Amino acid sequence: MLQLILTIILYLIMVIPVGIYVYHIAAGKHTFADPVFDRVDGVIYKISGIKPKNGMNWKKYALALLGTNAVMILLGYIVLRIQSLPLFNPNGIGNMEPSLSFNTIISFMTNTNLQHYSGESGLSYLSQMLVITFMMFVSAASGYAACVAFIRGLAGKSKDNVGNFFADLVRITTRVLLPFSIVGGLLLVWQGVPQNLTGNVVVDTIEGAKQVIAMGPIAALEIIKHLGTNGGGFLGANSSTPLENPTIISNLIELYSMMLLPGACVITFGKMVRDRKRDMTAKRATLDEEDALAAKGKIRRSLTIWMYGREGRSIFAAMGIIFVIGLGVCFWAESQGNPALADAGLSQSMGSMEGKEVRFGIAQSAMFTTTTTSFTTGTVNNMHDTLTPLGGMIPLLHMMLNVVFGGKGVGLMNMIMYAILAVFICGLMIGRTPEYLGKKIEGREMKLTALCIIIHPLLILAFSALAVGTAAGLEGITNPGFHGLSQVLYEYSSSAANNGSGFEGLADNTMFWNITTGLAMFFGRYLSIVIQLAIAGSLMKKKFVSESVGTLHTDTASFAVILVFVVYIFAALTFFPVLALGPIAEHLTLWA
Amino acid sequence: MSKKRNQKLITPEIFRQAIIGSFVKLNPRYMMKNPVMFVVEVGFVITLILSFFPTLFGDAAASNLRTYNIIVSVILFITVLFANFAESVAEGRGKAQAASLKKTQKDTKARLLKDDGSEEVILSSQLKKGDIVMVSAGEIIPGDGEVIEGIASVDESAITGESAPVVRESGGDFCSVTGGTTIVSDWLKIKITSDPGNSFLDRMIALVEGASRKKTPNEIALNTLLVSLTIIFMIVIVTLYPIGVYSGVQLQTSTLIALAVCLIPTTIGGLLSAIGIAGMDRVTRFNVIAMSGKAVEACGDVDTMILDKTGTITYGNRLAADFFPVGGANRSDLVRCAALTSLHDETPEGKSTLELARRLGDNSTETEGSTFIEFTAQTRMSGVDLPNGLKIRKGAADAIEQYVKSLGGQIPEDLHEQVDKISSLGGTPLTVCENSRILGVIYLKDTVKPGMVERFERLRAIGIKTIMCTGDNPLTAATIAKEAGVDGFIAECKPEDKIDVIKKEQAEGKIVAMTGDGTNDAPALAQANVGLAMNSGTTAAKEAANMVDLDSDPTKILEVVEIGKQLLITRGSLTTFSIANDIAKYFAIIPAMFMQAIPQLGVLNIMHLASPYSAILSALIFNAIIIPCLIPLAMKGVKYRPMSSGKTLLRNMLIFGVGGIVTPFIGIKIIDLLIHPLLTLIGLGL
Repeated sequence: MLQLILTIILYLIMVIPVGIYVYHIAAGKHTFADPVFDRVDGVIYKISGIKPKNGMNWKKYALALLGTNAVMILLGYIVLRIQSLPLFNPNGIGNMEPSLSFNTIISFMTNTNLQHYSGESGLSYLSQMLVITFMMFVSAASGYAACVAFIRGLAGKSKDNVGNFFADLVRITTRVLLPFSIVGGLLLVWQGVPQNLTGNVVVDTIEGAKQVIAMGPIAALEIIKHLGTNGGGFLGANSSTPLENPTIISNLIELYSMMLLPGACVITFGKMVRDRKRDMTAKRATLDEEDALAAKGKIRRSLTIWMYGREGRSIFAAMGIIFVIGLGVCFWAESQGNPALADAGLSQSMGSMEGKEVRFGIAQSAMFTTTTTSFTTGTVNNMHDTLTPLGGMIPLLHMMLNVVFGGKGVGLMNMIMYAILAVFICGLMIGRTPEYLGKKIEGREMKLTALCIIIHPLLILAFSALAVGTAAGLEGITNPGFHGLSQVLYEYSSSAANNGSGFEGLADNTMFWNITTGLAMFFGRYLSIVIQLAIAGSLMKKKFVSESVGTLHTDTASFAVILVFVVYIFAALTFFPVLALGPIAEHLTLWA
Repeated sequence: MSKKRNQKLITPEIFRQAIIGSFVKLNPRYMMKNPVMFVVEVGFVITLILSFFPTLFGDAAASNLRTYNIIVSVILFITVLFANFAESVAEGRGKAQAASLKKTQKDTKARLLKDDGSEEVILSSQLKKGDIVMVSAGEIIPGDGEVIEGIASVDESAITGESAPVVRESGGDFCSVTGGTTIVSDWLKIKITSDPGNSFLDRMIALVEGASRKKTPNEIALNTLLVSLTIIFMIVIVTLYPIGVYSGVQLQTSTLIALAVCLIPTTIGGLLSAIGIAGMDRVTRFNVIAMSGKAVEACGDVDTMILDKTGTITYGNRLAADFFPVGGANRSDLVRCAALTSLHDETPEGKSTLELARRLGDNSTETEGSTFIEFTAQTRMSGVDLPNGLKIRKGAADAIEQYVKSLGGQIPEDLHEQVDKISSLGGTPLTVCENSRILGVIYLKDTVKPGMVERFERLRAIGIKTIMCTGDNPLTAATIAKEAGVDGFIAECKPEDKIDVIKKEQAEGKIVAMTGDGTNDAPALAQANVGLAMNSGTTAAKEAANMVDLDSDPTKILEVVEIGKQLLITRGSLTTFSIANDIAKYFAIIPAMFMQAIPQLGVLNIMHLASPYSAILSALIFNAIIIPCLIPLAMKGVKYRPMSSGKTLLRNMLIFGVGGIVTPFIGIKIIDLLIHPLLTLIGLGL
């Protein structure tokens, strides 16, 4: 318990400087590293003919994002199909078959990293580097760029300029992802993660058996896997293997590297939105008035506002509350152990250790599990399939919510959808046309928000129903009964939330599963992003409305609590029946 | 017209009409407009079919399946009827309201002037636009129109409640006359500006009746939310069937439909249009006619209110409060002269001066042969010429000064001091002179209407800024502003200044409301987000505004704002209530659906409902009867108390959010206790 609290406190401290740095990058402000990066970026802009000052409206921005991603999907697909060529292929891996290639390339381009293959036997080093690692950078950068554009729209400094997609993509890659990856990667190498291009090593074990030890550029992939909330492992068993995640220190490095940037996004949001307010007050020259009010204690100037931004604070708090509740339940459920195993005479005093690594234990496993699904990374340091029913429900639920920090930027955008929903209901309840961040929420925004919120359950529930209703789908289910349903739900939640972790029990490398999860990932990613950019585009055209004691304040603790309730109630209403038939039924049966 | 009609919520007549209406509205083409209730109707049709052919959709045949299907279809039918009933009641009340408005339009005789100059007496309802009528003293003006010739004083008390007659003349601000008002003196030649049945009032009555009701922006947005919730739950229900089959649970079609109907927001869906109609109706009850529901909603968003000082904040009638002699004059001389000038002065200033003088013991009477001089806008003074040659005048300070100077008189040194002192107190000084000698000053005090201070306090509590507009000098304006407690004021305000203020406030993203009556106010009324015109005002002003107050009471804007807020709060609260209800319904239906196949899920039956059938039907019955239970709330609106947004939110969240979670748990349990014995009797006890 103590180590969980310490881990979280350390996170809350570390996320602030990262958030401030990322905010400076997003807002185009000066940073200490500018002299180096300006030159690097300048060269890239010149080679690729990017004019970073040319702003785009939301439609152009979305089109640029989709177009760039489409080209990358095509190139990546080709590489996977011809990877048997003897180029960086010491282990002689063959070409990937079409439906798996489709699934894999969509999976990595959408930042999902759902893997229906095993890295050791399914990919050449060329594919690992050119497709997997490359995609891990650009998919994260794409999602983050979309988020930055979205925030710019909400901050509403201009009427139709959300920034330049290509410039954002470059800046985020060179200034955030690459430097952080280099530092983090070296730390992982220090902890013993391999980074080479040699073929697998075969050793004779003490028992006289032969063991194949995987080699390859693991550390490079490992760090961006977490930093970009990607999650696809170099090896099939992902971060539970000692090669990808050898020690408790490497575990913490990986944990923090997946938590930092999504948290930083919220801070960026808070600070960019605050910028706008400051500009407005400066323009109106009522700064003195605000000071006077502050003196009277009407406006609270607190440390947390400085740290997370006024509006960012309540969003961060709401995400944090859901995260901590989830973590608590998961940790508690795992600590209880498994009564079936206890009956078999196995001690459960350490909790349910089935499928967990002894070097991590219950606490770090529960933390990693909750984090990887909340931050939509999808990397695992224990097998989620063997979590206790309720312990396994938490990762499932957090992917169904898809708002608990979420992947780079995308989680924030999803949370804003719920914030708009909360604002709408609360706004009516105080007797005003609902408004968020100074903009009125009207029919058009509600339509888009509603659409965005419908997509997620539609993908999860419709595909799950299809899978359990057709022979092709049923073939993949390896566990009978409630757990089988959990497996199916998990697979599609993971796909639609662009998470990528698997319950792993599923025999999922079949035409049916490859295509359906591929579609879930594709629509889960791009439909949401386009709709969210459209909302930003629609909001930024609106006039700012003024604030008074009569307006709804979205920067308060009570709003954070309401937001948590809205998220829980909407999710509960949508997913309660299937959760009741899956993990809840399994739990009640197990403990009956 | 009384300000508040204490009408009962439902009269027998409205009830009868509403019952008919709720059946008429079952027409699917009409129901389509309300997607949530349309889903319920479709569910009803399916269960109705299943009542005849229980195994049509492959449900496992059971002896009691038909009975169950019949009960479900009956409850669904009643649910739809209840929703239609709510809407019909609201419409019925709107129509009743409109009918009582129509009664106020009196049918009178009119003297139509023909082209050849002859007169013809016709009924006022036969007047057409462009007709010219002649109206003399004592006659009622037959319709809305414009004065084209003549000047007369008109008693508009029938509409405005103000007893003092007003002057109406051709050209300028005072050319508009309203049908139903009476000419007191002189005559007017009036050009009728509206066709019968198409007068301003008529058009607005049509709006009140709901004939031309359009969905407001907030209603559209809320409807979107409700439709999307419905879609989400349809996805949940449709996918639940195969998932249930996989888990070994064969769900009955009626049960799935029952769950769907319980989950989709039928409570708010059924009451939504009733709330909208009732909101308009509440405004009408205040004798304010809104041009659209949008206007009423916009009221809830108002940030700044521009109010005229005179008539709105103060009585405007400046009443004499004291006498201040100057230049060493005797106070009793001043009082006597002031009284003499006011003997025949019918203005409130004059009357109150005389009253005050009498109270101070003056008893001077009219001398035979005196000539009284009336106040005119040119001279800005009135007075009396006594037979002995004395000319006594009272009037505006500068006017009297000029008058005295022209007669070669001296201005006492302490005059300006007194005048400024009175101005700074928020009063108006009236200087009195006897020939060329200035005797002193009458202190006319503008009185703030009682209750205004508290009202502004309330407005401040809900974050509305008030700006007072007045033609007074800055000093006077500041005093009144301070006394009334408004947040800002504009002194020496011209109509065009109002537009500037509105534009400035709007540039800061504020929603501005204002009241006005003159033609000069029309552009400002149009510019403002909420413009409330006085019925006594000019047609131009009324056309430009989006609300008209039939009582011509400018302070009503404050109430209208509260009604606007109340409308939104009612919608939001019932939405929250409706969604919160779903939690309890889940705990009733989910265990009921799965308990037989998965007995362990019985743990979720936290209400300990007697049987699966009883649980599902109890939830469904609760879902139906909550609609009529909430009709009174939808009609009257959620009680609104002015307080900060945070407190309002907390209060409503507690009542409707937490209440919405708890109520159905209790309600469903009670219904379960009641119906379980009955169900056992008809073979649905299991």
